[in-house]
Amino acid sequence: MSSRAGARAAPVPETRAGLAADARPRLAPKVRLRWDRKDERYMLLYPERGLVLNATAADVAKLCTGEHTVAAIIERLAEKYAPHPADAVEREVQAFLHAMVERGLIRSDG
Amino acid sequence: MTDDAPRPYTLVAELTYRCPLRCVYCSNPLDYAHHGDALSTADWLRVFREAEALGVVQLNLTGGEPLVRDDLEALVEGARALDLYTNLITSGIPCTRERLARLKTCGLDNVQVSVQDVRAPESDRIAGLRSFERKLEVARLVKELGLPLTINTVLHRENLDRVPEIIAMAESLHADRLELANTQYLGWALVNRRALLPTRDQLDRARNVARSARQRLLGRMEVLFVIPDYYAEFPKSCMDGWGRRFIVISPDGLALPCHAAHTLPGLSFDRVQDRPLDEIWHHSEAFNAYRGEAWMPEPCRSCDKRTADFGGCRCQAFHLTGSAVATDPVCSLAPDHELIEAARREALAPAATELEYRTARSSAPA
Repeated sequence: MSSRAGARAAPVPETRAGLAADARPRLAPKVRLRWDRKDERYMLLYPERGLVLNATAADVAKLCTGEHTVAAIIERLAEKYAPHPADAVEREVQAFLHAMVERGLIRSDG
Repeated sequence: MTDDAPRPYTLVAELTYRCPLRCVYCSNPLDYAHHGDALSTADWLRVFREAEALGVVQLNLTGGEPLVRDDLEALVEGARALDLYTNLITSGIPCTRERLARLKTCGLDNVQVSVQDVRAPESDRIAGLRSFERKLEVARLVKELGLPLTINTVLHRENLDRVPEIIAMAESLHADRLELANTQYLGWALVNRRALLPTRDQLDRARNVARSARQRLLGRMEVLFVIPDYYAEFPKSCMDGWGRRFIVISPDGLALPCHAAHTLPGLSFDRVQDRPLDEIWHHSEAFNAYRGEAWMPEPCRSCDKRTADFGGCRCQAFHLTGSAVATDPVCSLAPDHELIEAARREALAPAATELEYRTARSSAPA
């Protein structure tokens, strides 16, 4: 992700249930993203559990490498899903990240 | 993902029943010594391939103690090549830093270390082996090497009051996950039930402690509290339903719907050496025996909960009532529920202090 994209999206306000725009989320160490060829979808796998992801969630999870900021992830997905409204994409991304952080599947600390 | 075409998600590979520990609640069958290690490295790797093709994404490498197999590295490597999420379920004995590092290089995803209690005398008493300090060292090694760590502690009458200390221990080890699993009263645990079954009060206190710890540690350490069905109103959905999600392979190659299924009489189990896993999963007598609802007696057959608990545990039904098709007696609606009520009353009296350790000597065929 270019720094320009990150900078342009920086003013995104931090919503109450959302992560900070400059946080760089990454999958928790115990979590692995896997393409499920049987049912053609992505899954998050962690000890003794699996979580089936919808297409948007999978796109977010793929970018949770610790390199991309939340703002950059939102911007990239807003481009991909245009003309779907950008604020709707942002809400969806933030809701997914928030739920995953709560479940300990995604980390946003340092 | 309909029940008409069930898909297995998890393969439980019981690589061996051998284990240096002698835990009094071991879930291996009482006649474990009659099921030797019969599968070669190549056999296991073929089973992993067949399982993955069926839809399996999770692999639990367990036993017995999986570390006693010297081909564990090759098995982990093969599993990773298939993109299986590979979880090593170990007592931590015997284990070295070098071996753990090799397993990590081979692609191991998670290490689950069992710790029986928070102090050496109590932990070693349950394990039947001096092992507590070494287990903590292994848990620390897991984290040092950057591998995710699950701490598993089996709960029972003797350690339930120490759940706060168990949680603190897991926190100090920086565990990613803590599994507080109440004893399932089958196998050796059923033999020792008079010593192990807690009271309802003990259990309620521990559950509340675990619940608040789960909230406090949200996002840092996952805290699981697996309730004991003896104090539930309805049975748990054992294995998520017979032949629905899980395949267990015993060390001698039996393909089983659960880890105790081969203790049920009158069922014949196929060996993975003799028949492709795909055929076993879809067409074998054993996997179809209690799949779906056709086998259910009343009150299960007309019960709303039949699609949630699938009639409970077949092994528990058999070992308590003598009939594998009986309604799981833990269900408050079961005709044999008095068996559970009696066990609960027994738990109010002083516990038995004698423990029967897992041994090959007392391991006679049923």
